[in-house]
Amino acid sequence: MLAPPVVWLGVLYLAALVLLFVAAFWKVDSFTGDLQHVWNVDNFTHIFQSSTYRAIALRTIGIAAAVTITDALIALPFAYFMARIAGPRTRAMLFVAVMVPLWSSYLVRVYAWRLILAHDGALNWALHGIGLPSVSVSYSNWAMWIVFSYIWLPFMILPVYTAIERIPDSLLEASRDLGARGARTTRKVVLPLALPGVVAGSIFTFSLTLGDYITPKLVGGTGSQFIGNVVYDSVGVANNIPFAAAYATVPLVVMAAYLLLARRSGAFEAL
Amino acid sequence: MTETRATRLALGLWTVLVLLFLFVPIAIIVVYAFNSSNIQSWPIAGWTTHWFGSAWRNQEIRDAFWLSIRAGLIATGIALLLGTLASFAVHRFRFFGREAISFIVVLPIALPGIITGMAFNSLFVFGGINFSLWTIVIGHATFCIVIVYNNVIARLRRTQTSLVEASMDLGADGLQTFRHVTLPVVSTALVAGGLLAFALSFDEVIVTTFTAGAQNTLPLWIFGSIRLGQHLPEVNVVVVAVIVLTLIPVIVAQRLTRDTGVLKRR
Repeated sequence: MLAPPVVWLGVLYLAALVLLFVAAFWKVDSFTGDLQHVWNVDNFTHIFQSSTYRAIALRTIGIAAAVTITDALIALPFAYFMARIAGPRTRAMLFVAVMVPLWSSYLVRVYAWRLILAHDGALNWALHGIGLPSVSVSYSNWAMWIVFSYIWLPFMILPVYTAIERIPDSLLEASRDLGARGARTTRKVVLPLALPGVVAGSIFTFSLTLGDYITPKLVGGTGSQFIGNVVYDSVGVANNIPFAAAYATVPLVVMAAYLLLARRSGAFEAL
Repeated sequence: MTETRATRLALGLWTVLVLLFLFVPIAIIVVYAFNSSNIQSWPIAGWTTHWFGSAWRNQEIRDAFWLSIRAGLIATGIALLLGTLASFAVHRFRFFGREAISFIVVLPIALPGIITGMAFNSLFVFGGINFSLWTIVIGHATFCIVIVYNNVIARLRRTQTSLVEASMDLGADGLQTFRHVTLPVVSTALVAGGLLAFALSFDEVIVTTFTAGAQNTLPLWIFGSIRLGQHLPEVNVVVVAVIVLTLIPVIVAQRLTRDTGVLKRR
């Protein structure tokens, strides 16, 4: 019974992953473009020594972090309302309202923002409507921050909701009975208990942003390259799989470190 | 209720704003599909359904659409089979490496998409395998397995083991129990998992670019057209079609997995 899934994931997929990392230690002949099975760490030294590749990696990680924080801030009040204030009917409706964008096409939603943020798009139209000057956020890091925060928000809301919903009423009542006011209860009771949910959500928002290259390509500017764009171009344009593989290990190592940290905070039990 | 009235109002207002944030972009993209001008500015110049016909007649779009449907259906089929097998095994038996199975099933969606894409790309290139429908299917099936697996195992965990035990006590053999008890219990979870897997496969881009070679799935066609700035009116129409096509399975799946008390009623 186990054999087919194990063969598919354990043999096919794992083999592909292992091959990817082995390939990172190969190189491509710069004249002929042929692959050479020569063990070397040139790809990695190249990545570490080049200020461009360092900057791209830092930009990717920085925006992933900014998106994660933004989504956590948007999701917390929303999830609190959904879990503790909304009635059963409203809650069910909100649940569907979060699930629909989560599952509807990623590409379509990025494209929608490309149109909205464009110079003659809906954002500037709305700003003019209320008498404000137009902004030019399209094709910039700001645009990427907005779009990524939009795209991955449902992935943050759901685990935060689950975490907040599990907080027993009695804890909040006890906090009030002991004289804590709203703000203090939020800080001392709700936030610590919601944290595993936030961490669980951050795994998605962080990992999905790290591995993306579509959004930078569609709404980012010339200086908005992501790790994913370099990987994509190395495969598609330069045909240099070893280098692409080496650069792809950066998000992998970052994610592995992040997952280890997340496990300490008990986020996996909250999933 | 421990919250003050003001707090509740503020939270309610925030919720409304977040809902607007989530849905206004989707509404705007739907309006663009009816734009009478081929210049993409807001507000739209006028209303027309002209581009629907022109997209329908476009052979490139049709080919891409069918490729996406075929890849999605085959990948969903594979994911249903493998995901169900894995979930039954993990649920029913305690065996060495059980934790590893549940970990590796989730891996394709826990890892950033470029890694899965790159991994398969190097496998195909170094293995001398030409890109085809099947290379797309292999990539898609891999990340769809977890969707089926999660749906089915969640259902199995909520099912009381007493149902299976009762069936066995009444003299049914393993196969009969599976056919008359287990299968009916997990059937809606299977359908829901399959629908979600199809929806995921139908609009996947990141892994697909690495496993499609020169072929165009519908999302790849959309992506390519946006980047080149070609056929934008048709892109707007196709994009609305994609929203509708992925929305239907998702809503149906949502209804199927709702706690309807099926297990308690029977």
